[in-house]
Amino acid sequence: MRVYLTAARLSMRRYLAYRSSAVAGVFTNTVFGCIRAFVLIALWKQKPEINGWDLSDAVTYAFATQALIAPMGIFLSSTDLGPRIRTGDVAVDLYRPVDFQAWWFSLDVGRALGAGVLRSLPPVLFGLLLFPVSLPLIPLRWIEFAVCCVIGFIVSFALRYAASLIAFWTMDERGVTSVLVTAAMFCSGMIIPLTIMPGLLGTVVTHTPWAAIVQMPISVLLGTQSGGFGYAVVFGCLWALGLLVFGRVLTEAARYKVVVQGG
Amino acid sequence: MTTLLETAEPIILAEHLTKTFTSRKRTGRFHREREDFTAVDGIDLGIASGELVGYIGPNGAGKSTTIKMLTGILTPTSGTLRVAGYEPQRDRVRLARQIGVVFGQRTTLWWDLPLRDSFTLLQRLYKIPPDRFAANLARYTEALDLGPFLDRPVRQLSLGQRMRGDITAALLHDPAVVYLDEPTIGLDVVSKHAVREFLSDLNRRTGTTILLTTHDIADIERLCSRVVAIDHGRVTYDGSLDALRADRDLETVVRELYLGRSLVDTTE
Amino acid sequence: MAELSSHAADERPLPGPVAYLLLVRMWSKSASQYRVSLMLTSFAQLLTTSLDLIAIVVIYSQVQTIADFTLPETLYLYGTTRLAFGLSDLFASGVENLATTIRLGNFDLVLIRPVSSLAQVLADQFTPKRFGKLLAPIITLGWAVNTLPVQWTVLKILVCIDTVVSGFFLYCALWVLTGCISFIAVDAQEVSNSFTYGSEFATEYPLQIFGRPLGLALTFVLPVAFVTWQPSLYVLGHADPFGLPGFLRFASPFAAAALSAIAALAWRACVRRYRSTGS
Repeated sequence: MRVYLTAARLSMRRYLAYRSSAVAGVFTNTVFGCIRAFVLIALWKQKPEINGWDLSDAVTYAFATQALIAPMGIFLSSTDLGPRIRTGDVAVDLYRPVDFQAWWFSLDVGRALGAGVLRSLPPVLFGLLLFPVSLPLIPLRWIEFAVCCVIGFIVSFALRYAASLIAFWTMDERGVTSVLVTAAMFCSGMIIPLTIMPGLLGTVVTHTPWAAIVQMPISVLLGTQSGGFGYAVVFGCLWALGLLVFGRVLTEAARYKVVVQGG
Repeated sequence: MTTLLETAEPIILAEHLTKTFTSRKRTGRFHREREDFTAVDGIDLGIASGELVGYIGPNGAGKSTTIKMLTGILTPTSGTLRVAGYEPQRDRVRLARQIGVVFGQRTTLWWDLPLRDSFTLLQRLYKIPPDRFAANLARYTEALDLGPFLDRPVRQLSLGQRMRGDITAALLHDPAVVYLDEPTIGLDVVSKHAVREFLSDLNRRTGTTILLTTHDIADIERLCSRVVAIDHGRVTYDGSLDALRADRDLETVVRELYLGRSLVDTTE
Repeated sequence: MAELSSHAADERPLPGPVAYLLLVRMWSKSASQYRVSLMLTSFAQLLTTSLDLIAIVVIYSQVQTIADFTLPETLYLYGTTRLAFGLSDLFASGVENLATTIRLGNFDLVLIRPVSSLAQVLADQFTPKRFGKLLAPIITLGWAVNTLPVQWTVLKILVCIDTVVSGFFLYCALWVLTGCISFIAVDAQEVSNSFTYGSEFATEYPLQIFGRPLGLALTFVLPVAFVTWQPSLYVLGHADPFGLPGFLRFASPFAAAALSAIAALAWRACVRRYRSTGS
């Protein structure tokens, strides 16, 4: 257990050191948050209430999504795992006396804390100052939000982990992961809230695992999640569990491949 | 100290060449001070066409800064500099066609493509006439034994093979001056010998001027007739290899040089 | 004989554009070594550019107009700016690698070659996957032009074509300027990226949604309004919601020329600075 904590801590320290990169990241997130906010404002001005969301919900959403990008690793294709498979360094990792999946999970936690948290707050603060952003004052909501974020993080990790493992079979995971990053961008609600997507598209998109990563935690925070907190938790946990198990299956298959075929 | 050859205009001529770097260092919480660091301090250097010169000095002495100025990468702070008839500061692109550079620790070759493709690209970039290119490529392929791996991607080559590729790449356009920065570093004994033989032969046969930066004593011993040593930005020795050695062990002499024991100026 | 390569003494160095094309060809060859990956990433690029398109369509599934612009009109904006951006990305996004190149000390390798440093930097890491970014805007623009109730005069057609052309040069100038920032602050690349990508995103929508102060800033300070907004006001027959003078509708080529000139000068200055300070 201590091994994993140490791994997480070291990973976090490593990412904390990228200071100027964090500043740049904050700037980008703020700029994009603003642009998305303007777009949503224009929409909500035409139609003041959409699926239970009002203008301030939408604007808050625009900035909150930007805050979650970094911790959730939406734009990440893999946490170093893919490149390590490509170069063959991973062989060393597979023989370590630690659980492979848990190891990479610890590293990702460190990354989320080190790189993510630094960039999360400023865009939201900026939005609070200059836009009709309104964050709820009910403590319970924030606790629910935190729980959903944790679940969302696990789902995000499980997805990226399983995707990176594909590299064991294709030797180059970049193609597969870039398709998945695209899917992540759209289906997590990063571009526009899933709630305004019409008909069949909306139904499908709200049931993908990505929905649990960004859309649901924020909906829970705003109090607009259909089915409420309970639904979000069950949904997220089911996907997290399923993907983690899938990841373990893949890991064993990869280990088998390396041992038998010499990778 | 002037050691300029009277006969012909030197192919490399530096007078009072200086390079100073300015950096801002933090002294205290909100205070920043300008700090000047003189890497090259008014050196005079004259190299005639066809010489094979060893350029030595401890790390941080100013060797790579000098080379960067000679190749046009860095612009001097003061002093004059002419290489192959050009001022590196003003005519970087024109000068580039007259020089070749080999970096011991970095490759200029294309990583993912066959070695041959890098050469073909260089032919176009340097506008080498096709027959000249074909003749040079054939000659170097034979001299450096490139045949076996000419069509292999550079990323699959061993260090020795890559170095031979880099050397070829630097010579295909018949440069007047070639700079080699640690060309034998990391090579096995056989490869080192091959590279040294090749350079020596090249210099003898074509009269290409060669400036060799190295920490390898054997390189100097086997190749260089003239040695220029630099330390703290100043030339500490400029003369023949034999005079430097003066019947002693070369390694000892160089070590003393690096440690700062000044030598009698043996230049004329 | 070590005579100065005599052919070099008479001939001029290889022109920048030729060097650029040669290097692009080498990089493409490099990239096609990983064929499956290339196809997948091309597909991913296609998808990513379509995301913004889908977002616009989704938004319009809820309302008929946004800031007085109908769906075909907004898709016209999207199509022109995306196409101009995609073409500039194809041509110039090699500049995104400049920060890493400088950090690794490899810009020196650029400087020892007898060709333009800008050509080498622009061509860096070129990959054919970027063509995937062009499909969505081309189709969208075609659809929009077809569907719009616009009376197409010769002048309007010229302005439409010029919108994409001037937009291309404006974006290329932005790319070069972001490269210049890498010379000054190696870690600032992500900041400058937010300007290029952000500009593209912002111009997919009617500029009006940003409000007057920001809209004016985007016209006169960072002239992205000339990428598509101003000329499109003319083509689509809209009055300028900010009430700016009519001649600005045709000012895109001049804005593009001016910004390109600034970018070229900035590049020269930055390379000079690099050669003076050693990075």
